[in-house]
Amino acid sequence: MPFIPHTEDDVREMLATLGVPSIEALFGEIPAELYCGELELPPALKEMEIARLMRARAQQNRPLLCFAGAGAYEHYIPAAVWAVTGRGEFYSAYTPYQAEASQGTLQVLYEYQSMMAGLTAMDVSNASLYDGATSLAEAVLMAVRTNRKSHSRRILMPKTVHPFYRRVVETIVSSQALELIELPYDIETGCIDPASLETHSDTDVAALVIPQINFFGLLEAVDELTEWAAANGAIAIALVNPMALALLKPPGEWGKTGANIACGEGQPLGIPLSGGGPYFGFMCCRKAHLHQLPGRLVGRTVDAEGKRGFTLTLQAREQHIRRGRATSNICTNQGLMVTAATIYMALLGPEGLRRVALQCHRNTLSLMNGLAAVDGVERVFSGPFFHEAVYRTRKPAREIMDGLAEQGILAGYELARDYPELGEAILVCATETRTEEEIELYVRRVASLLEL
Amino acid sequence: MLIFDRSRRGRAARAQWLPEAGESPVIPDHLLRKSRPSLPEVSELDVVRHYTRLSQQNYSIDTQFYPLGSCTMKYNPKVCHDLANLPEFLNTHPLALERAGQGTLACLYELQEMLREITGMAGVSLACAAGAQGEFAGVLMIRAYHGLRGDSARTEMLVPDAAHGTNPASASMGGFQVREVATGPDGNVDLAALAQAVGPQTAGIMLTNPSTLGVFDQHVQAIADVVHKAGGLLYYDGANLNAIAGKVRPGDMGFDVIHLNLHKTFSTPHGGGGPGAGPVGVNDKLLPYLPLPVVAKDGPRYRMLTEADRPHSIGHLVTFAGNVGVLLRAYVYIRMLGREGLRRVAEFSTLNANYLLKKLVEAGFEPAFPQRLAAHEFIITLKRLAKERHVTALDFAKRLLDYGVHAPTVYFPLLIPECFLIEPTETESKDTLDRFAEVMAAILKEAETDPDRLKSAPHSLSVRRLDEVRAARHPDLAYKAE
Ligand SMILES: Cc1ncc(COP(=O)(O)O)c(C=O)c1O
Repeated sequence: MPFIPHTEDDVREMLATLGVPSIEALFGEIPAELYCGELELPPALKEMEIARLMRARAQQNRPLLCFAGAGAYEHYIPAAVWAVTGRGEFYSAYTPYQAEASQGTLQVLYEYQSMMAGLTAMDVSNASLYDGATSLAEAVLMAVRTNRKSHSRRILMPKTVHPFYRRVVETIVSSQALELIELPYDIETGCIDPASLETHSDTDVAALVIPQINFFGLLEAVDELTEWAAANGAIAIALVNPMALALLKPPGEWGKTGANIACGEGQPLGIPLSGGGPYFGFMCCRKAHLHQLPGRLVGRTVDAEGKRGFTLTLQAREQHIRRGRATSNICTNQGLMVTAATIYMALLGPEGLRRVALQCHRNTLSLMNGLAAVDGVERVFSGPFFHEAVYRTRKPAREIMDGLAEQGILAGYELARDYPELGEAILVCATETRTEEEIELYVRRVASLLEL
Repeated sequence: MLIFDRSRRGRAARAQWLPEAGESPVIPDHLLRKSRPSLPEVSELDVVRHYTRLSQQNYSIDTQFYPLGSCTMKYNPKVCHDLANLPEFLNTHPLALERAGQGTLACLYELQEMLREITGMAGVSLACAAGAQGEFAGVLMIRAYHGLRGDSARTEMLVPDAAHGTNPASASMGGFQVREVATGPDGNVDLAALAQAVGPQTAGIMLTNPSTLGVFDQHVQAIADVVHKAGGLLYYDGANLNAIAGKVRPGDMGFDVIHLNLHKTFSTPHGGGGPGAGPVGVNDKLLPYLPLPVVAKDGPRYRMLTEADRPHSIGHLVTFAGNVGVLLRAYVYIRMLGREGLRRVAEFSTLNANYLLKKLVEAGFEPAFPQRLAAHEFIITLKRLAKERHVTALDFAKRLLDYGVHAPTVYFPLLIPECFLIEPTETESKDTLDRFAEVMAAILKEAETDPDRLKSAPHSLSVRRLDEVRAARHPDLAYKAE
């Protein structure tokens, strides 16, 4: 019996204490007709056997040299991050309901909130949401709740927001009578044209989503966009890559007054790709909107002797107190991932993080310069990008994807499904983990596929 | 000490610094960051020591008995962690799962199929990130089902008053009015109250069985009949599946849609708050609406179903394929249990709960439902102590910490005053339960002779009782450099 410690004597004594003849008798209140009989499940495996099986499964995954981003990024993760995060005391603890016996988790979360508030230049951060897409959905819902200037339920959602995020937002807000209005992008620059917002200036809008960097890897005119939102009584929701914030102007400093809410995907901060999860979503806001922030919050306080300590706080926003009227239904979040991110940020520090961001930027610049010189390849958009970019080839993108995969390279993400207007376009990313040789290899492989 | 207090200008974990790469040649100045982000400047040893020390201020399953009711804090096998962390799994990009992650998908597909069998449902999606998201997906499916039939009058979701807070919260996020249904004195749903509450406006009912009161609702078939006859659907909150896994299936009880908490029943770790995974299962009625992605097997290859395969799907709820790393852990766990092992989980968690309940009653504690058998967890109430000695369940819980055990869940469900919801789980030995019962008895005695000892607890942890009122009145949620 794996993981059940009872000896035969234990069971006998326990049944005797209970005064029942068998364990079966303890199920006497369940109507007999509900019992299901033998389940069709495979027989039990010993640890060595499951280890063998999983190693074989792992071998069925093909390692590809990663040039894909599109919402999940391969960054180097220092050994110390998971060596400490994986400690049983973090790994096997529950949500810190008993604060005095959970000071480790609580202090980590407080430090995490502090680091995220610093990185985004916002006042406060929550203790995590599920992932980037759900953080945007929660931000949209929060914006509608907080916006006192507008009674509208209209949200301006640029097409330069990750298409996966847009579909999740649609699913999550579908039953709340919100209207998501798609904002087009300028086909030359690949960015939102702030002038295009003028058509919405006479309508009541609850919020504007501002992605920085946008899905194409490009830099949006965040100051103008934030100011448009401020001038039109709309909440400015910044959707940001935390890695980029080591280099780029943080949401709290956009425009004259800064964004109202910042959210996004935390995966770049020390979380492995892992096929799509677990990652974590983050959300930061201004103090004024604190009571509408969804998710757990950790606050600093003192104990009975005046000593500093930490505890979950402002729980009246949450489902276990407010039930049907809570700010969100979230309960379990992504705590362990946030622990890893905190350790990652502490290790890298402001300068280390800036250097990683810059190296990603430089690598993608060098990749795009290489590709631009290849006959049959063109860069799709003109403006500056951070660590992702879009190129178009004279051959079908699918052929490039397949051809490179055959040679062990993940070429990027094909845009045709979500952006047919861009033609045979691929979104590509070279993070700090790619070497010069690998970048040259990528360019050579694309070139030779195009020569065929 | 905070990590920020250890920060010294110019100190760094330099092994993690890449070579200086100069300024960006293309990013315009007005888009660049001018302020230095307030991250600490510390050495690698500072970081390792600081966070290792912090970890030591936690109670956890690996270090303490953790009978937190409704949370199923059982042992998280190390091998699950190890095998989910094989580099080939960790390094697969989510957008390359079909192309390069066939091994991962094989595990996910089999997990889907095993959960289908365990729950008796027609289809399972693994996408939801936690229990609450599974609930929300279920609520949306119920909405879609009525919607597609043009049944727009169904605006109410019934939720028993004992339900977990996420149930009503998910129902209202899904656009329903929540209508509470009372619990009877025996812990079952009050059938008369239910009969009054159902009607043509009923979209469905969200039920937990065994309930959060730690008892199996014997009238579950009657409840199913009443709600189905009224045209509503039945939602099963599977957070308590540990009590019946391998013995009774939600599908056979008449439920149309369910979620499971893999971070409870299937032993994936809770990580100090998450991540979890909340797969959803549905019967034939709701199969078309299942959230995406779902893993399908086409001949020898696995692929992810899309909107093209499932045009009526409620859509996507997370960016990619869900918490894959958590799903792999659950897969390993279920394969190690096999069919026999799964049934034993229910049997031994139930044995442990009933045994511990008996020991506590013998020690003078008052069960909330003395006439009932416990499922995998049970409730005692300390209301007499609160009345006679002014010692609350919270005081008692804090004193338990001094004895090196994590406290049970307190003040939930709300309808039982001064309650402890106690869930020992099957991985704890009789010795641990006996010791816990002794500690409880000792504290009970202290409550009589020295109540202040409890009111001022804990005494032996890194901090004394924390001032939660102050935390809420004067929120300090982020460190600010002086
Ligand atoms: C009975 C019950 N339902 C639902 C949930 C919600 O699950 P999660 O925390 O994974 O969102 C929980 C646990 O927190 C629970 O105990």
